[in-house]
Amino acid sequence: MSAPAQLALQDLDVAYGDMQVLWGAQLTVAAGEIVALLGPNGAGKSTLVNTISGLLRPRAGSISFEGRRIDGTPAYRRAADGIAHVLERRRLFPFLTVHDNVVLGAHNPRARPHREETLARLQTLLPLLKSRGGQLAHTLSGGEQQMVAIARGLMAQPKLLMIDEPFLGLAPRMVAQIGELVRRIRDEQGISVLFIEQNVELSLKLADRGVVLESGRTVLSGSSAELLRSAEVKRIFLGDFAL
Amino acid sequence: MAAPDVSLLRIRGVTKRFGGITANRGITFDVEAGELVGIIGPNGAGKSTLFECISGFYAPDEGEVELDGARLIGLSPDRVCRRGIARTFQKLRPFQGMTVAENVMVGALTRTRVVKQAREQAHEWLRRVGLAEKAHAHARTLSTGQRKRLELARALATAPRVLLLDEVTGGVDQRSIPGLVELVRELHRGGLTLLVIEHNMRVVTAVAQRIIALHMGEVIADGAPDVVARDRKVVEAYLGQAYVG
Repeated sequence: MSAPAQLALQDLDVAYGDMQVLWGAQLTVAAGEIVALLGPNGAGKSTLVNTISGLLRPRAGSISFEGRRIDGTPAYRRAADGIAHVLERRRLFPFLTVHDNVVLGAHNPRARPHREETLARLQTLLPLLKSRGGQLAHTLSGGEQQMVAIARGLMAQPKLLMIDEPFLGLAPRMVAQIGELVRRIRDEQGISVLFIEQNVELSLKLADRGVVLESGRTVLSGSSAELLRSAEVKRIFLGDFAL
Repeated sequence: MAAPDVSLLRIRGVTKRFGGITANRGITFDVEAGELVGIIGPNGAGKSTLFECISGFYAPDEGEVELDGARLIGLSPDRVCRRGIARTFQKLRPFQGMTVAENVMVGALTRTRVVKQAREQAHEWLRRVGLAEKAHAHARTLSTGQRKRLELARALATAPRVLLLDEVTGGVDQRSIPGLVELVRELHRGGLTLLVIEHNMRVVTAVAQRIIALHMGEVIADGAPDVVARDRKVVEAYLGQAYVG
């Protein structure tokens, strides 16, 4: 990759107590890139993303964002720096309205002054933010909730949007819509996207590049086209017999 | 008692619905005595639901489960256990307030009413699973890998004929996996019949002689590990159409 990385992780070790989950993980995301983070269950994908956003502290290794080390800073500072994290299972406030959920995303001091204009812009991208604005979040369908969760992330005016399992539990039609939304976020706003998804083919058709975690190690990385042909991907997900 | 020519465990048309979702649909297979069968499938395939149906935690909407020709459907989990089917849980459930040895004694007490005997058996199982030195520790003080071993010892103490293992390496430190795999192999060599749900394909292909793949609640493949890992439907379920062929 020729462009300097916007996000760069080096030799990241992460553990929960005595259980080490990530072992020397490496990952880069270039500005404006869509990257899929792939791997079997329990490989450490969510742990990696949670470490980037500052919800977890690495035991060793470094995280740099736009050339500066951020692994010592608290999560809210990283959000202000431009890293937004859309959590697994969306985690909306179920008894707040769609509008209030979304507006809460603009809490950081960099985004707050632009709250109204950002919201207006997002309402054109996602009309449901307006038409369903007064509705309680828990009354929305799964796909609609995912859109609201992504909108909440975008309200923080991120440079990098990380989404943990954007398609989880969604009907095929919704999967297509969310995929289209992710692509537009990048194409129209230049925001880089790092996302986690179980479905390998679906992920690689959306992403420019994929990084594969296996048992806590980033064992494979390449362009989506390369990975879609890769026998190694088959081996990682289906074992040595698959080859 | 055992009828000749009848498989040890027979699963016939097991269907389990939760509202509009069919978690298991017409699942049918036999397990012979002494087999070690791996159960695989992507997230939400219905693997754990199948274990719940076999062990009596759920009553399936349709279908039969038979152990040695005797019906198990309708029996409560403790009765299924006494008949000879024990299980471990994916989300570990030790009795937190008890010591490690007491946890295993709970299992042993399904077979004996003599506490002294149960205690001796518990210590023997703890030795077998490599937890002897933790016998008097409180269950809550154990690491995840140790708790997995405790679950195993407690299940084994019920003297099962068939043991169901739900993700025995899941959530365990990488360094603990080879030891757990070896333990499963050893139990199998000792003659135990095992059904093993496992996400880690390397683990499952290393221990099982036969693999059953589930997807969207149905059996999509059943056979030797090398055949199942290359099966068209299995590859598609795990990776997508692009990887088939």
